[in-house]
Amino acid sequence: MSNPKDTCFHCATPIPKGVNVELSIDGKQESFCCPACRAVTQTILGSGLQKYYQHRDNQQQERPTEIESEEQLALYDNESIQAPFVRAINSDRKEALFVIEGIHCAACIWLLERHLTEQVGVTSFTVNLTNHRARLVWNPSEKPLSELMAAIISIGYTPHPFTPNQEEKLYEQEQKKAMRRLGVAGVGMMQVMMMSSALYLGDAFFMEEHIQNFIRWTSFIVATPVVFYAARPFFNAAKRDIRTRHLSMDVPVSIAIGGAYIASVWTTITQSGEVYYDSVSMFTFFLLIGRFFEMKARHRTGMAGNELANLLPASATRVTETGEQLVPVSELNPGDRVLVKPGHSIPADGILFTQHTSIDESALTGEPLPVSKHLGDHLVGGTINMEQAIEMEITSSAERSRMSSILNLLDRAQADKPKVAKIADQVASYFVAAVLLTAIVVSLIWWQISPQDAFWVTLSVLVVTCPCALSLATPTALTAAIGSLRKMGILVTRGHVLESLAQCTAVYFDKTGTLTTGKLTLNKTTSLCELTTEELNQLAAAIESRSEHPIASAFTPYFAFSVEEATNYVGKGVEGTVKGKQYRIGKPEFVAELYKNDPPAYPDGSSIFLLMGDEFGPLAWFSIDDQLRPEAVEAVKQIQSLGLPVGMLTGDREENAKRIASELGIDHVESQLTPEDKLARVKAMQNNGERILMIGDGINDIPVLSGAQTSIAMNGATDLAKTSSDAVLVSSDLRRIPGSLNMARKTRNIIRQNIGWSLFYNLIALPLAASGFIAPWMAAIGMSLSSLIVVGNALRLTKQL
Amino acid sequence: MEIVYLLIPVAIILVAFATWAFFYSVNSGQFDDLESPAHRILYDDDEDMIPEDARVKKASSSHSSEK
Repeated sequence: MSNPKDTCFHCATPIPKGVNVELSIDGKQESFCCPACRAVTQTILGSGLQKYYQHRDNQQQERPTEIESEEQLALYDNESIQAPFVRAINSDRKEALFVIEGIHCAACIWLLERHLTEQVGVTSFTVNLTNHRARLVWNPSEKPLSELMAAIISIGYTPHPFTPNQEEKLYEQEQKKAMRRLGVAGVGMMQVMMMSSALYLGDAFFMEEHIQNFIRWTSFIVATPVVFYAARPFFNAAKRDIRTRHLSMDVPVSIAIGGAYIASVWTTITQSGEVYYDSVSMFTFFLLIGRFFEMKARHRTGMAGNELANLLPASATRVTETGEQLVPVSELNPGDRVLVKPGHSIPADGILFTQHTSIDESALTGEPLPVSKHLGDHLVGGTINMEQAIEMEITSSAERSRMSSILNLLDRAQADKPKVAKIADQVASYFVAAVLLTAIVVSLIWWQISPQDAFWVTLSVLVVTCPCALSLATPTALTAAIGSLRKMGILVTRGHVLESLAQCTAVYFDKTGTLTTGKLTLNKTTSLCELTTEELNQLAAAIESRSEHPIASAFTPYFAFSVEEATNYVGKGVEGTVKGKQYRIGKPEFVAELYKNDPPAYPDGSSIFLLMGDEFGPLAWFSIDDQLRPEAVEAVKQIQSLGLPVGMLTGDREENAKRIASELGIDHVESQLTPEDKLARVKAMQNNGERILMIGDGINDIPVLSGAQTSIAMNGATDLAKTSSDAVLVSSDLRRIPGSLNMARKTRNIIRQNIGWSLFYNLIALPLAASGFIAPWMAAIGMSLSSLIVVGNALRLTKQL
Repeated sequence: MEIVYLLIPVAIILVAFATWAFFYSVNSGQFDDLESPAHRILYDDDEDMIPEDARVKKASSSHSSEK
């Protein structure tokens, strides 16, 4: 190999041993992990966008997905499939919305926008970095949508059609409204403050009475929209709270704002006493900022969930008397015959009509090796056809398939999920009652002492004790932490994740696809002749190159030269001719037939062994295995060092589970579990007071993912597993899990500090305000300073990366 | 001091204008994505727009965007 680098030029994942995919860039040989990455780089360079590689951050990225068959993409040219996400702007322009998968930095946005706007027929293409949504405007008569989607795929991203749902549209309206209110309150506050300082100075420097009056009236004009437009949500909420008899912070807030405003209007008209327009505007503005942050946090978690809920429409090839036809899975009926190509998933439960194939049922059972199926065998929807194109008859519609029964389990599991109590809500309710009582008592006492001061002292008490900091304490910390987690590669989709992660007492993993990569790889080659392992690997790769069997894929990285002739013997192995010599790979007995002698004894170990031989004798043993993720050992160690026990729940056979567990140092292992068993185990532990974090990926993990207190799905997980879990590990790096546990604990500490500080501040400020040492404007500044401290403390969470 | 009778109304008119402009920009979606425009400006992809005689030969620079 000419390149010393061991990571892929495009996706920065480590290059598997023996892979030799290269491309010359600016006279330098660069290595790639797979031909798909090289194809992406070629496309990027071919369109003159090589700057992408300078601009992007150098973190490891997702590997490009294999290009879907053009036939399948062509489904998107169908009007009825386009309907949910495409909208006609005018007679020759259409607009389509997508969520783009695989975006991780601003350079991706640049690359996507540049590449797409250069396509024929595209009017505009904009991508949002925050939520990875894209808006495409194009001319359908010049280019079909499927070709533009193929253009996105060709540079290594996956476009998912996106349909904004009702909730989403409401979010957008709510956000715009909140921003307008914030703007009015902010501008109003600045203006009123300016005029108030003139009034304060005017008191000191004997400002003429008519000018003072004029300034009061202008302050009134500016403050009025602040109270009636910007502060309206507080009044509405307070009205609702009084009606439902549930005290929230909006009640004292409304009394303070409304009371101060009415009193100020009165003094403006009667030209007597103080005006508090400045305090009113400032108070409204700071409260609105707090609410705005809170809303942002709420929307962000909601949005992440929505993104995942939009799945690709699954398609199937229906075979009828008139020919083959690609149809959406939802249109399949029992009795239909469908054709399933190798590598595609079985659309619904059915019966095999082809002699033989092997099916990857790992999603359902966790067993990594494909199961062989014969004519008349039952096939389960959602499993993957591995070996050859098959024909099958559908026995139940997609909704009724076995997978759907897992879905039902999911609904029940979700209902049983332990709730995380929202302490802040309860505290606030009592707190508000206490504040109102204090305010009444204080005003009564001051009424006795000096009636002219009673009003502003009461106002100060209401403002100073406003539990602003208390209400900001949790949402700001959560927003900051969720943002940091996202940068780490964990997408949080449910609000309770950080609270429940911090309380987690045990971590459980699924095996296949979670602790392991879920792909078969060549583990070890034992030579039985004078050939080197590299020569043997290349020879095997050549012979296996024509086979679709999943075992064959373990050899593809070593592919160097092609085979002259190859024959598949189903269930036995492959026979091939290379350079005029005949070889066989497969079961020992099958290979031994070729050289007409007994096969050699099996080597030690628990993985799958394949024998290769020629006409004269055996050549080599190949040991094939599902590989552990390289970082799994470290991740497990880190979790254990946090004081949490690590366990494994798998559907795979016991010996495989034991071996993986001992390699990782996991003490608690349960194997051969059905999806129901997994859920039952986790539930039993949770009933004993344990708080479980479950990490999984397959369809068989869906019930347990939704039943566990906290769950994280792997990035390669099925879409359904992602939607039923609380967070998604986008970076596929298991070490992020101890990282997120740490982050959750830090967040909990920050929240405690924040609540502690705001209670402390209120305890100090209340007696001062009640005894009349604090003017309303000082109270407003004090309140906002204490809120700023809380926000600043929360922002520390974004720095600790 | 009578000048405040002119200046303060002018200030209020300006504030009203600023509020209107803010409403306009919020409603037209200019605040929807606050992140990507800040990054977009950093990419020097305007090389072909620089006039021939103004181009400076620069050593191949390597950018690295912040985390």
